[in-house]
Amino acid sequence: MRIPGNLGTRRRKNVNNTGYLFVLPFVIIFLIFSIYPVIRTLYLSFTQYKGYGEPVLIGIDNYKRVIKDAMFWRALLNTLKIWSVNIVVQLGLAFLLTIIFSDLKYRMKGVGIFRALFYLPNLIAPASVAFLFAALLDWQFGTLNQILIDAKVVKVGIDWLGQPGTAQLAVAIIGAWMWFGNSFIMLMAGVQGISKDYFEAAAIDGAGRWKVFGSITLPLLKPILLYVAITSLIGGLQIFDIPFLITDGIGKPNGSLNTAVMYLYNTAFNYNNVGYASSIAYFLFIIIAIASGIEYKIMYHKKED
Amino acid sequence: MSTKVKKTILYIAIIILSVICLCPFLLMMVNATRSGREIMTSFTLIPGNNIKDNWNTMSGYFNIFRGLLNSLFIAVCCTILTAYFSALTAYALAIYKFRGMKIIFISILIFMMIPAQLGLLGFYDLVNAMTLTDNYIPLIIPAIASPATVFFLRQYTLATLPKALLEAARIDGANEIRIFHKIVLPIMAPGIATMSIGTFIGSWNNYLTPLILLYSPKKFTLPIMMGSMKASQDITSNQGAIYLTVAISVLPIMIAFAFCSKYIISGISAGGIKE
Repeated sequence: MRIPGNLGTRRRKNVNNTGYLFVLPFVIIFLIFSIYPVIRTLYLSFTQYKGYGEPVLIGIDNYKRVIKDAMFWRALLNTLKIWSVNIVVQLGLAFLLTIIFSDLKYRMKGVGIFRALFYLPNLIAPASVAFLFAALLDWQFGTLNQILIDAKVVKVGIDWLGQPGTAQLAVAIIGAWMWFGNSFIMLMAGVQGISKDYFEAAAIDGAGRWKVFGSITLPLLKPILLYVAITSLIGGLQIFDIPFLITDGIGKPNGSLNTAVMYLYNTAFNYNNVGYASSIAYFLFIIIAIASGIEYKIMYHKKED
Repeated sequence: MSTKVKKTILYIAIIILSVICLCPFLLMMVNATRSGREIMTSFTLIPGNNIKDNWNTMSGYFNIFRGLLNSLFIAVCCTILTAYFSALTAYALAIYKFRGMKIIFISILIFMMIPAQLGLLGFYDLVNAMTLTDNYIPLIIPAIASPATVFFLRQYTLATLPKALLEAARIDGANEIRIFHKIVLPIMAPGIATMSIGTFIGSWNNYLTPLILLYSPKKFTLPIMMGSMKASQDITSNQGAIYLTVAISVLPIMIAFAFCSKYIISGISAGGIKE
């Protein structure tokens, strides 16, 4: 069918305007509620501001203060400790399960059901998770200690949430419990995306299970692994809800559960130092960006020599 | 060892892992029916008969249905707004060509990677300046702009929408918004459903934003209501009531999951594949 030239151009013009019209609501709300707040936070990070009144520009003083702020570095270290234990357990389990369920010789059944079961904890509100585990891990009345005492593993209940080491470990394990199902699903999706030809060719060549895993599965899973690791890092460095609710809100015991975002929250909303808290937000962002960059470098350049 | 034996061992290991995984929920249900005293003294998997007392203790402290309804209202509004406007935006970005399109798309990609805490204080300051604190508007309206959903639905549109269909509709004289409503939305529906479940759960579980914005107890969402529990000695002295509260907050999600776990999981898999 032939369309006269001028009609064609007129229609194209209409279509273009429609495009603008369609994206307009998104763009307006995006500008107001996503882009502006990020810029506003940047501005506030150069000011002294209590959350009311006028912000007073003070240059980079806030940033100088963060660098020297022992509390901030401690909070960041706590966050990193919790995250690193969490990611090892989480990815380790997810990997193990992926290897088991993708094994061509065993052909394990029920992957759908197990995927769903393992993913369930991820759907529960962190607030609920925090209360659930605060109750289960309670020193005197917690069910875990009762089980351990009944099984004669320990004589006296362990104060899980009362000692810095075990409290951090507990939060890390809770995080792993919540997220390993998610990682497992991602890795399985990645494995299913790998062409069967590779595995069949390897089987014909007589390659063993670990050889196949090391030479085929692992390299081809790299992009997804990287995605899981980076999203986990971005999320992990922002951990807030669970440590906030499982303790007294400032990171009991002995500040060991005080995470970076919790410190940011308390600085802004309990000590009314919004200007300084904004610089913490940006400082943390820079650290997250650098850490993601390092992660990317490690995974993409180390083994490709 | 033969393959069969190994396989059995693996199954047993995986089943044990599943039990460990579900154990906290099981204990939650059981303890929700037991009295504080029973919970303190012993551990069992047999339900008690104290659920009514626990309920009364909890109700004395807050009205959990109010929290459920508030959370439900916000989550449903967010889900509808995100679904409709993300589909509209994604469709426009996938089908039309216009100036500035690239900038929008790049901004979307950037904001998918930016951690949420970065804009938190600026967001609070903005809401404060608009005098919209303790109001649901700043919890709902921003759902119109959800970069990750737009990104996913754009890929989805490119993959599933036959352009010839649009041309045919145009020749028939349908206008653009009608084409979107009558032809595009139904085709995008599975993708929208997948993303909507994620939006709903994200909103339902959200803690930090309502925590900084809401202060009147009658407006509290469920997680905030639970968070306020910490302050009350009454309820912390009755562990059964805590377990019951947690159980009530968890049940709706578990029931929803029982029905649509397939969609939820395909949504996550899609999230992984897009990279």
